[in-house]
Amino acid sequence: MNRFGLTIAVPRGALLGGSLDALDRADIDTAEIRSNDRKLLFADVGVVTMRPSDVPTYVEAGAADIGITGKDVLMENPERQIFELADLGFGGCQMVVASEDGPDKAADALARLGVIRIATKYPRIAADYFEQSGRQAEFVTVNGSVELAPLTGLADAIVDLTATGTTLRENGLVVREQIAPVTARLVANRVAHRLKADAIEEFASLISARAEPASA
Amino acid sequence: MQPPTNKPTREAQSSAGPAKNARIPSGTRDVLPEERAELRRIEAALLGVFGGANYGEVSTPTVEYQETLQRAGAAATPVSYRVLGEPGEELALRSDMTVPIARVAASRYRGAELPLRFCYVAPAYRAVTPNRGQPREFLQAGVELIGADPAAGSAEVLTVLCRSLEAAGLSRFLIGIGDAALYPSLLSSCGVDQTASEALLRELGDRDFVGIDREIEALALSTEQAAMLSRVPRMRGADALGDQLDGALNGSLGPIRDVVDALEPDVAERMIPDLGRFPRMGYYSGVVFEVYDPEIGQPLASGGFYGDLLGRFGLPVGGVGFAIDLDLLHAALAGEERGETGR
Repeated sequence: MNRFGLTIAVPRGALLGGSLDALDRADIDTAEIRSNDRKLLFADVGVVTMRPSDVPTYVEAGAADIGITGKDVLMENPERQIFELADLGFGGCQMVVASEDGPDKAADALARLGVIRIATKYPRIAADYFEQSGRQAEFVTVNGSVELAPLTGLADAIVDLTATGTTLRENGLVVREQIAPVTARLVANRVAHRLKADAIEEFASLISARAEPASA
Repeated sequence: MQPPTNKPTREAQSSAGPAKNARIPSGTRDVLPEERAELRRIEAALLGVFGGANYGEVSTPTVEYQETLQRAGAAATPVSYRVLGEPGEELALRSDMTVPIARVAASRYRGAELPLRFCYVAPAYRAVTPNRGQPREFLQAGVELIGADPAAGSAEVLTVLCRSLEAAGLSRFLIGIGDAALYPSLLSSCGVDQTASEALLRELGDRDFVGIDREIEALALSTEQAAMLSRVPRMRGADALGDQLDGALNGSLGPIRDVVDALEPDVAERMIPDLGRFPRMGYYSGVVFEVYDPEIGQPLASGGFYGDLLGRFGLPVGGVGFAIDLDLLHAALAGEERGETGR
């Protein structure tokens, strides 16, 4: 266990590096986590690693006291009863609407058919966004490689997360609308937030302290 | 009590083959003798303390007129299950016992000497997110103290809450205590208009600190006001009621201080002042509290002072009460019994 007495849920994948750098700022030894990408539980330093989308699940249940995950995950799971403590600044991305380069097929579909077909890994975010802008959309939930959907005619456009836009460009897609900026967030369990208040405040201030500003 | 003799089979599929057509709705369950006996012991311990403090046990109908339950206002926990009655009758299942007891107090005890003390053990019904293991039907035990002074009444109810949990065998719990009126009063003292206040209170209800700071930043406030509004939601723990607080904030902590000061030392020791507590839903208008146990990741009991609810039924007095979720209390007891979990 770390000196804070906190079990920390750390996301594997794109946010892992930034998360471990943040833990370093709190003097938590991340050497073993960096060197071992198969092990999941690092009891000596109070860290559990998992998919980013599982972090709210573990934190809500109290299996982890505190965790790091993307704002995209939090936006997609608004019913999770967890506290969002801080914007950690790293992992900057945009949630966007993208479609094939050239004449916008999505706009064309909306104009002529009155409805757009959207492929996404984020059905909740996509539905909220199109509902708020008063447009009728049909959603196809896919689990990966969303860029394929407009190229094969499965959908007119996609809602997805993009950091640099490289994957979109390589698949001939362009960003049509920005939905929201997304960064890594620090989240806490409701009970731990009260019972381990001092430890959480100290940990939060250490790991947010020198976090780089959000990049859009 | 004799141990149950009819042991259920461990597996759904016994030698007699799988059960057929035996589904029950998700979020509901059957309680078999082993569990029921444990729950009965907990209920008896709680009711013993409630009764000893002169709270009289009541039962109310499982179904009520939808209109009655909704009289608690749009902010109250929504009624989730509507029941088809005789043609023209709109019935519903209660989402808590506080509203039915407010109805009973205002109708059957009109003109009676105040305060009134009631307690109950009863199921309540709420909507769930599918397949999340959340209960639709859950057993609650609680009390309502009606027509009491807010500070003295809250102190009495908190004492009954502590004593009853201790009698059930729970030892490591703490109680977060906040004030539903605190942050709204700070907002109005800073001159924040209603639309902006509502947006900010929504973020506060979720404890989305990033959202809270974003909303504060969007307001035209002095640096001191912005810093204060940003700091208060994070203030919790024994130091939160300290003396180093500035004027406006210091004055608004009166209700929490009055309650904590009225508690006996061993009860006061269990209090965690939590200035950012703002119940997202409900009829609470004053001091609010929640019970935390290190063994489980969610509050196992909650309650508070409500100023307007009884007035909606024609009895214009305040009340204070709490409800303990018996399944969560049972889980916390089982966790404490297993001792340190080793995590």
